[in-house]
Amino acid sequence: MDATSLDVAHMLAGGMVLVSFMLLYQDRMFALLNMFALHAVILSLSVAWQALIQSAPHLFVPAAIALLLKGMIIPLALRRVVIRLGIHRTIETVGGIGPTMLFGMGISALSMVVMFKAAATADPLAREDLAFALSVLLLGLLMMVTRRNAVSQIVGFMSLENGLILAATGAKGMPLVVEISVAFSVLIAFIVIGVFLFRIRERFDSVDLKALDEFRGERR
Amino acid sequence: VNSYAIPFDAPTALLAIPGVAGTLLCLLPGYRLAARINIVATLATMLAALSLLVARPPPGVFLFVDDLNVVFVLLSAFVALTTSIFSASYIAHELEIGRLTPRYLRFYHAMYQILMFAMNLGLLANNIGLMWVAIELATLTTVLMVGIYRTHEALEAAWKYFILGSVGIALALFGTILVYLAARPVLGETQDAMAWTALIGKASAFAPNLLNVAFVFLMLGYGTKVGLAPLHAWLPDAHAEGPTPISAVLSGLLLNVALYALLRFKMLLTSNAAAYAPGPLMVTMGLVSLIFAGFMLYRRRDIKRMFAYSSIEHMGLITFAFGMGGPLANFAGLMHMTMHSLTKSAIFYTVGHIAQAKGTQKMADIGGLTESHPILGWGLVMGVVAIAGLPPLGIFMSEFLIVTSTFAREPLLALLVVFGLLVAFGALFWRLNEVAFGEVIGKSSPVRASYAPLFAHLGLVLAAGIHMPAALVAWFQNVARMLG
Repeated sequence: MDATSLDVAHMLAGGMVLVSFMLLYQDRMFALLNMFALHAVILSLSVAWQALIQSAPHLFVPAAIALLLKGMIIPLALRRVVIRLGIHRTIETVGGIGPTMLFGMGISALSMVVMFKAAATADPLAREDLAFALSVLLLGLLMMVTRRNAVSQIVGFMSLENGLILAATGAKGMPLVVEISVAFSVLIAFIVIGVFLFRIRERFDSVDLKALDEFRGERR
Repeated sequence: VNSYAIPFDAPTALLAIPGVAGTLLCLLPGYRLAARINIVATLATMLAALSLLVARPPPGVFLFVDDLNVVFVLLSAFVALTTSIFSASYIAHELEIGRLTPRYLRFYHAMYQILMFAMNLGLLANNIGLMWVAIELATLTTVLMVGIYRTHEALEAAWKYFILGSVGIALALFGTILVYLAARPVLGETQDAMAWTALIGKASAFAPNLLNVAFVFLMLGYGTKVGLAPLHAWLPDAHAEGPTPISAVLSGLLLNVALYALLRFKMLLTSNAAAYAPGPLMVTMGLVSLIFAGFMLYRRRDIKRMFAYSSIEHMGLITFAFGMGGPLANFAGLMHMTMHSLTKSAIFYTVGHIAQAKGTQKMADIGGLTESHPILGWGLVMGVVAIAGLPPLGIFMSEFLIVTSTFAREPLLALLVVFGLLVAFGALFWRLNEVAFGEVIGKSSPVRASYAPLFAHLGLVLAAGIHMPAALVAWFQNVARMLG
């Protein structure tokens, strides 16, 4: 594996971390969905690149799933949900953008330190890919924690999942990687369908999860 | 050796029966027939599981059977069978009062079998990726069943379970990928690098740092599914708002499947001398769950939520025991897990019928059960006596073993365990006293209940408390040694 292919792989994975940061501070719904689509497209490019440099054509399947399902269909579907629920104005963020970004930087630094140390013996492709993937994963988790709105939590979860696909495809020669990415896509599809099926807006008059908490089975 | 000599071995049957039955139940209208098919299918699964005691196929690429997963498979099959019998009488009542419609019931029965398929696959999988997919499938099916009543509370519970469960599943996948990366330099880029049978033999040569990080993710990920504090938030809601047979299966079986996954990964870490010992992490999370859930029991108003917290408490205790490790603590953990599954599902059988008879799950509106519904009332009393750990029932034996084996090694930890158990004990009996005795509160409408599953479970728990057959003891001791 020559240095250029490694550089491209790292650039694409680093691009995902960058877009994860950009996801953190989007305060408009449509902008958030567009940014997520970009996240998925970069993932798809990154996985396709892995397929090329590892000469593993089966990895084109997760790449195609990322491009079609997460880059196009799901953002469009969520767009319709957002319009139908009439929540396209702003997103409530907890704690403000400044502290969230700082915390995000801390998390990324931590994941670099942890993975470089833990995977010191692994090959450079896997090691750096893992560090980026862990950053994306933790940033997705941070986004889920800081948002109260159900749709943006879903976006957070999907960006987290993109990080996992990045890690799985970066682990050269991992068996069942296609099956796992398909199974994960099913989970994602279920979540999106769930918003439709559960009709959170109609049932609870709000997709703000804080409002849902008040419907708990037992009041204290 | 030609492994294709028997075209249809027991592990395949354990997957094929629920798989076929699930498809069939999707297509069949008519809930009476569906409930019967459900029972017949779980009975057939049980027979297939029993056959594993007699003859075991050699490990395959994707499925394998060893002493450890046989315990879980058998327990799963048995509780699934009794729950399907309980479920038949439970849903008949739900249909009568219009909480469920025949269409939803068709869906419910199909999902029940698919859940069994997913759990058996998770337990029998010889591949850490396949096991992950199975646990994800089990999560999805239970999410759908928790939300089946379509009320505010049920949908909220399902949504919460879904989001938290998915995050847990995602973290577990990251851990799984790291385990593969640790195994790859030793086992190569083959199926072997994800197969339990190959991993366990070579674990000593894996990169210890990767294993350490992997276990943290696996513990957080699968620990969410086990219901360990502070990752337990989904569990009480999911138990309280779904149909009661699902609460019984969740507590009795699905939590165990996630625990099984943790135990397998723990075995990898313990056989690698350079990796951190996984025990302290499990001991800490187990103890926190035990004590936290003990206190939370006092604040419950809903009877199903109360027993859900009791499940957190017991899963904490089981995780603690396995975290302590060593033949005696592992034996106690294994026994406690079996006893807890049997007792907790029995309690949910009674609670399900009680909630139907009284028309409420609020404990304030339930009273004098031993008078208004003697069999259910005394059944609940017996169940609570068992779960609280009074002699001579099985849980007393396992808790006694956990406490004494801990006391011999870490007296301080043993004190904490006893403290947690006593706290929970007080809450359970305080509530039991209000619900089971005193003047009759609420409706006294008769209920058509099936008592056989309840007494089968409690009978087994009592028998295990009085005398455990030597063969069973030897079997559990063997598994306990395997767990290291």
